[in-house]
Amino acid sequence: MSNYRLNYLDQLESESIHILREVAGQFERPALLFSGGKDSITLVHLALKAFRPGKFPFPLVHIDTGHNFQEALDYRDALAESIGEKLIVRHVADTIQAKKLTEPKGKFASRNALQTYTLLDTIEEFQFDACIGGARRDEEKARAKERIFSVRDEFGQWNPKLQRPELWNTYNGRIDKGENVRAFPISNWTELDIWNYIRREKIALPSIYFAHEREVLEYEGQLVAVSEFVDLEPTDKVSTKRVRYRTVGDMTCTAAVESSASNIDDIISEIIATKTSERGETRIDDKVSEAAMEDRKKNGYF
Amino acid sequence: MDILRFITAGSVDDGKSTLIGRLLYDSKSIMIDQLEAIEKQTKNRDDGEIDLALLTDGLRAEREQGITIDVAYKYFSTPKRKFIIADAPGHIQYTRNMVTGASNSDLAIILIDARHGVVEQTRRHSIIASLLNIPRVIVAVNKMDLVNFSQDVYNNILIDYAAVAQTLGLKNVTYIPISALNGDNIVEASTHFSWYDGKPLLQILEEVPIYNDINLTDARFPVQYVIRPQTEALHDYRGYAGKIVSGIYRKGDAITIQPSGISSTISAIEVGGIEVAEAFAPQSAVLHLTDDVDVSRGDLITLTDNAPQVSNELEVLLCWMDSKPLQVGSKYQLQINSRLVRAVVKEVQYKVNVNSLLQEAAPEKVQLNDIIKATIKTAAPIPYDSYQHLRVNGGAILIDETSHVTVGACMIQ
Repeated sequence: MSNYRLNYLDQLESESIHILREVAGQFERPALLFSGGKDSITLVHLALKAFRPGKFPFPLVHIDTGHNFQEALDYRDALAESIGEKLIVRHVADTIQAKKLTEPKGKFASRNALQTYTLLDTIEEFQFDACIGGARRDEEKARAKERIFSVRDEFGQWNPKLQRPELWNTYNGRIDKGENVRAFPISNWTELDIWNYIRREKIALPSIYFAHEREVLEYEGQLVAVSEFVDLEPTDKVSTKRVRYRTVGDMTCTAAVESSASNIDDIISEIIATKTSERGETRIDDKVSEAAMEDRKKNGYF
Repeated sequence: MDILRFITAGSVDDGKSTLIGRLLYDSKSIMIDQLEAIEKQTKNRDDGEIDLALLTDGLRAEREQGITIDVAYKYFSTPKRKFIIADAPGHIQYTRNMVTGASNSDLAIILIDARHGVVEQTRRHSIIASLLNIPRVIVAVNKMDLVNFSQDVYNNILIDYAAVAQTLGLKNVTYIPISALNGDNIVEASTHFSWYDGKPLLQILEEVPIYNDINLTDARFPVQYVIRPQTEALHDYRGYAGKIVSGIYRKGDAITIQPSGISSTISAIEVGGIEVAEAFAPQSAVLHLTDDVDVSRGDLITLTDNAPQVSNELEVLLCWMDSKPLQVGSKYQLQINSRLVRAVVKEVQYKVNVNSLLQEAAPEKVQLNDIIKATIKTAAPIPYDSYQHLRVNGGAILIDETSHVTVGACMIQ
């Protein structure tokens, strides 16, 4: 510190705190979208640094697909309780019922796409004008182009061809009624940055991020947890393996990786050595088409 | 380990995307599944070679047209440094995107096709780098394989570019011959350049000093948010939250709040919730003052002995970024850091020719991608520094009052 130079994690942290405070300063009703995954857990940690000893100027909002890992849900509830911040949970199952939506069919029927409906309803219910999300630009090619303040129209849609120029560290959050902004404070972090930060800050994570025994089914080279949400067929190869999760999403569309890493140091070593990207290794829903993410974002996905 | 943010200027034809793909590929930042995805796409092409450019074209329209439309951010790191690349398109119709990418960059890589030398586009990119005050430039002469790695070709380009750099007053220019397609001089020194005694590109990027580009003299703290817990235990707590964009603040420093001019003293500083004796750019911090004075979002806290300019009339270089032409005399919002005020463009003095830097008569209509010199009047005083002196407190955006779109980038003179 004495030589007035910040290391890269301090620089990233400062940038993210700045963005969180811009959201607080520019919007009337922001919300922080919380999934129980490591990225949104990092966001909460950054928000504590940005606003304590004050309260968060936004609630935590979780769109629960009903297909979540119990460990992630338990972590979510415990975290909200321990920091004393408001948690709003809305269920995709309720939206399916109320709107008579069709549940996707198939072996790994995912409610990932249906989440968008619940999210948009929740935005309307609480009149949120900004939603803070934990997306990172290194995750995926469409995300690499998205602004830190990303404007969505009244249908929640992203228009990649009509993005506002975003200059210096000046964020333009002005919108019309009905529109909202998705704000991404950790846009410039990579997966490895997140892990290094979690290690440095000693942030607790849900247990599924660490190696554990689990009954899994092998499908096209990926390991999917056996659960009530996955249709097992007699031909399926089911076995118990030592695995961990690299990302935490729905049980139906998140794959586990074989691992014996039981602490953060081991996980970081494995991630440095891995030859597959985070989404490629763990997301079953992204392989459908080259533009899968771009399409979902255009429809209101965050 | 620190962070270097750089922009690559050039078009697909100059091998810009190939260069980025090469940096990512050779630094092992591309994963197998990402490579498989582009291999799959390459199969649909005629030449059969893996097209590293496909790594950076993120949007469907870009892949279809084979061009970069928007700024994409790419990340890689080496044990020495984390790198953030702003990959911006090079064509003149995307000048605004390059301005956007340049605004946050510590360094610009200007790509020159060895076969064509310094062309109009090279000049334009260099002019933008200089207008946006990017501290460092690397001129990468690419496609050297297509000119038989000729030292004469390279030297002639250097002579031509040196003239451009001199006209623009570009300092800190480094030159390097490369072949991005084959990876010559990117990560490893190439045997093809026995006559080149400099370092390969990645090593230059790893070693270029950047910390001294942060201004630690002129202390500027734009207030973003006021933290007031208003609880029993913290009844009197009132902290001004913001990011120190330049300079150093210490407990006990005499400060002035701009533009009101009210003075006070720093009673405490917090960084990440921990009290510290001093804080410096670019840290996010919370400042506490000894007096109960009026401070709110949009104010600028500076050290009393180092005042910024304060005025409601600004001379600016303005890059117009909207398809709807600028309306002289109409009202816009002007945002500089956290401060937002109404503003009107009073007068356009001249237009900058982005290919020659020559001043041209003010156009009847200021169109998308035009860079002009203008006078802006604001409804309230703005505390600012000249952009060329202090980037972080001299850049402002103009926002359309009805569409809310960012329509202009102002570099205050």
